[in-house]
Amino acid sequence: MVEMRRLLVLGGGTAGTIVANKLRRRLDRRHWQITVVDQDDVHVYQPGFLFLPFGGHRPEELVKPRRRQLAAGVELVLGEVDRVEPAANAVALADGGRLAYDYLVIATGTTPRPDQTPGMLGPEWRTSIFDFYTLDGAVALAQALREFDGGRLVVHVVDTPIKCPVAPLEFAFLAEACFRARGMRDRVELVYATPLPGAFTKPIASAELGSMLEERKISLEADFVVERIDDEAKTLVSYDEREIGFDLLVTVPLNMGADFVARSGLGDELNYVPVDKHTLLAKGYENIFAIGDAANLPTSKAGSVAHFAVEVFTENFLAHIAGKPMTGRFDGHANCFVEAGDGQALLIDFNYDTEPLPGAYPLPGLGPFGLLRPSAVNHWGKVAFRWLYWHALLPGHPIPLPAHMTMAGKHQPTTKE
Amino acid sequence: MPVTTIGTTHVHVDAEGFLTDYDEWDEQLGAELAARIGIQMTEAHWTAIRFLRTDYPEQGETATLRRVSTLADIPIKELFALFPKKPAKKMAYIAGLPKPRGCV
Repeated sequence: MVEMRRLLVLGGGTAGTIVANKLRRRLDRRHWQITVVDQDDVHVYQPGFLFLPFGGHRPEELVKPRRRQLAAGVELVLGEVDRVEPAANAVALADGGRLAYDYLVIATGTTPRPDQTPGMLGPEWRTSIFDFYTLDGAVALAQALREFDGGRLVVHVVDTPIKCPVAPLEFAFLAEACFRARGMRDRVELVYATPLPGAFTKPIASAELGSMLEERKISLEADFVVERIDDEAKTLVSYDEREIGFDLLVTVPLNMGADFVARSGLGDELNYVPVDKHTLLAKGYENIFAIGDAANLPTSKAGSVAHFAVEVFTENFLAHIAGKPMTGRFDGHANCFVEAGDGQALLIDFNYDTEPLPGAYPLPGLGPFGLLRPSAVNHWGKVAFRWLYWHALLPGHPIPLPAHMTMAGKHQPTTKE
Repeated sequence: MPVTTIGTTHVHVDAEGFLTDYDEWDEQLGAELAARIGIQMTEAHWTAIRFLRTDYPEQGETATLRRVSTLADIPIKELFALFPKKPAKKMAYIAGLPKPRGCV
């Protein structure tokens, strides 16, 4: 009898799907079973959420069954994870089922948690308070925006880290362009409220994106850490007792990893799994990895990070199970298109050590994508990415972008902010 | 890396005055750093600062506001009262740790 080993992947989103599909090709089916667990069979193209409120997609265009994204030979179990039992190398499901594993990959991502801010889930939720990081939220917001007749629109971030950290800025830019196109820009006051000291985390990008807010007359309320929402007064109240009133609030709720991570004793204060930032091996364990947004990596929570990380992880994993050292080192590489409105977008490309810089990508001098400056080509890159996502990225086909960030094509501005 | 004198001690700092060498710090220095930004240290201040000092070598980075609040069991509201306006940055400064990086 041949010994069977099992790789168990928790989460069938971007990271979990790519891991399962890539390793299915590399692990002998006679010796390795690959099982993915998710609570539903709905794989959503999350980058599309941003465009939904502006009528840019139909909701059904963004959704496909998870099962169909998984390669033949990958088993999908639908169920809710109760907890991981690392000492028993098993996962307990909420329905009482148990799944034993030899190796575990936690890829359950991060989730917006409106319940974590007092007053957010009150009577104003989905009436004048909206999120757009869920399909329901983005669809509800589309209607609210259509009906919005002017007043103060506040785009707000509760705390970092958040999934797709540029999305709230993009939302602000797109909203501004949308109101201009509708001839009602003069009736709308736009405010961007963030717990960060500026528009973005890193100085050069923060200066560039900050000046884009200024050009669009979107006022920036920085260092704003919300304590609660007074839903009767329709006001955000910060810990240092600043108040921002709103007619329409588009908020990014606190993002947290899955609750079972905390129940399993595997999480930090936000339920993210502490991992070695180069190998993604969970700290204190030899057979548990966390990939994508579920890990506590000090880089963006973004699909691009999951994709680049899996490239490194795949080779490392094959070495690891063969008892060899993991020599690949993930560098935190991320890139994100940033919609600027009016059919233009920026591209940013960075890693643990290098902040987003101006330049060209992926070919130095040629691009075609321009880094940290708006162009129509970048916008079309973002639009085209949806096809690539379903047909190349998820199946784990090679995409001609190096996993590691390169300095070629980037230049350091002579004067910093 | 610039060297500056705080009280009678020579320490290495970055461009914004944050200490760059974990081991150059002690509590007396912390109190002097606090005084420079107008904070008179009390036991409540020290609870937060000591947590940051213990957490940093284990984590390799400066704790966020939420992490201090959750793990040292101090409400965020109180951290804002103790270290007004920019508590995360001020705590890091007093604790002799790098400025907490916004996770991109």
